[in-house]
Amino acid sequence: MQAARLSGKAFDGMGIKLENVSYIYEVGTAMQTAALEDVSLEIPENQFIGLIGHTGSGKSTLVQLLNGLLKPTEGRVLYNGKNIHEQDYDKRALRAEVGLVFQYPEHQLFEADVLSDVMFGPRNLGLDEAACKKSAVEALTSVGIGEEYFKTSPFDLSGGQKRRVAIAGVLAMHPKILILDEPTAGLDPRGRDEILGLISEMKQKMSMTIILVSHSMDDVARYVERIIVMGHGKKIFDDEPRRVFRHYRELEDLGLSAPQITYILQELKEKGLDLETDALTVAEAADEIIRKLGGPDR
Amino acid sequence: MFKDITLGQYYQTDSLLHRLDPRVKIVGTLVYIISLFVVDTFAGYFVCLLFLAAMICLSNVPVGYIVRGMRAILILLLITMSFNLFLTPGEVLVRIGFLKITREGLIFSLKMAIRLSLLVIGSSLMTLTTTPNQLTDAIESLLNPLKRFRVPVHEIAMMMSIALRFIPILMEETDKIMKAQIARGADFESKNLIKKMKSLVPLLVPLFISAFRRANDLAMAMEARCYRGGVGRTKMKPLIYEGRDQAAYMLLVAYFAICVLLRFLRLPFLI
Repeated sequence: MQAARLSGKAFDGMGIKLENVSYIYEVGTAMQTAALEDVSLEIPENQFIGLIGHTGSGKSTLVQLLNGLLKPTEGRVLYNGKNIHEQDYDKRALRAEVGLVFQYPEHQLFEADVLSDVMFGPRNLGLDEAACKKSAVEALTSVGIGEEYFKTSPFDLSGGQKRRVAIAGVLAMHPKILILDEPTAGLDPRGRDEILGLISEMKQKMSMTIILVSHSMDDVARYVERIIVMGHGKKIFDDEPRRVFRHYRELEDLGLSAPQITYILQELKEKGLDLETDALTVAEAADEIIRKLGGPDR
Repeated sequence: MFKDITLGQYYQTDSLLHRLDPRVKIVGTLVYIISLFVVDTFAGYFVCLLFLAAMICLSNVPVGYIVRGMRAILILLLITMSFNLFLTPGEVLVRIGFLKITREGLIFSLKMAIRLSLLVIGSSLMTLTTTPNQLTDAIESLLNPLKRFRVPVHEIAMMMSIALRFIPILMEETDKIMKAQIARGADFESKNLIKKMKSLVPLLVPLFISAFRRANDLAMAMEARCYRGGVGRTKMKPLIYEGRDQAAYMLLVAYFAICVLLRFLRLPFLI
């Protein structure tokens, strides 16, 4: 098992497991298209995963299968060892544990003020008012929305703030697995760094599994411990970032690319500098180049 | 969630009917609808059915696709049928409790069902083979004489095409927001009516906001391209009648003549 080898975390049945899952849109019409073909995956607890794929690679379909919004045409989806599409399976409880933040989540805000919007999720779980409020306040604090905004209309916030409130709306349900579909889409570079920094901070503090869906390797490379690459509805790679980026030529065929730093190191290597090309960040790469050139240790 | 609604959605393919001038198709549909009310015998409906079948053949749209769209009006069809079946006075055939089925009721309800089905299939065939843009272009062109009476024909047509264009967008949006709220534990399948209405708030508020946002963006984009209404505006694809369109008009006249004949000849063996 490739995934199990990662960071020594064996898959013990807890978490999500996909067994040979296929999903076909518009079965039986001229428009029939397979969004996913025979995908098997294991998503253990407490792991930071990047799910990468070009537009139309099936990644959005995949995340909707993970919390039971879509039912696979073939194959099974298991959560903690139980098939989530059994007759009497409690889907609502599942959705509380597997939180999904959609693309442009700020479009789902609807309440009169920020706090009640975030309380919507916990309320649906049947928690009492005080517990709902506690969860909401915690969630808002952890995404950096201060108390002064609690009574503001969510529509009066800035784009980045709206998005953080929307993320808090899912976070308030205390998911064990949090899926974020393109959380940085449409944000400027600063907003993007803020959101990504926030997510990795959440990962460290709350010890949950986070699945970060993106089409940009640069976004996820420095945060995640495992990368799943989707292409044409199939799982192409599933490994630690460094190993995945070694296949940068194949990634290009999928309309993706390795982080820019990989290219620079690869080119230096081709030009005759014998260095490791596995660096994930600019700082790591700089250290490697300095080491090879015999410069002082930093 | 809305993938089952095929009624009236454009079906992308190439066929004679797709290539026909949209004005012919609108006029043809109107003629066809009128013809359904002109004929009143089973033989007449048979002619209508044959005509429709021929058109479906020419349209290259799979019959299964069209029939599946009919599911949407099935309930309406059943209600109309049962009302006519049980409530028409006349010669009693069967009596079940206080309900009685009459000969006249049976014939009338059958005719109603046939008429309704042909009507829906006939008009959906138009929208299946004509893009919304073509449709509004054609309406604009057909209503052109009304401009003399200061009817804002172009504006009406533009509003129609925008409205039509927005239907699939808003459906997709509804689907997305619904899924997002379900992911937050919302329940849209509750049987309780009050709960059900309450559950619509998290769906409708974002939907309205998104509709307004899109309308705003669209207005801005149109203004940025100097849209100033219909005065002096030319078309990229002007509607011009070709040989096949004239032939289609002839066919329509012939078909309608037959329908009128069937009505007024009153052949004795027709019911």
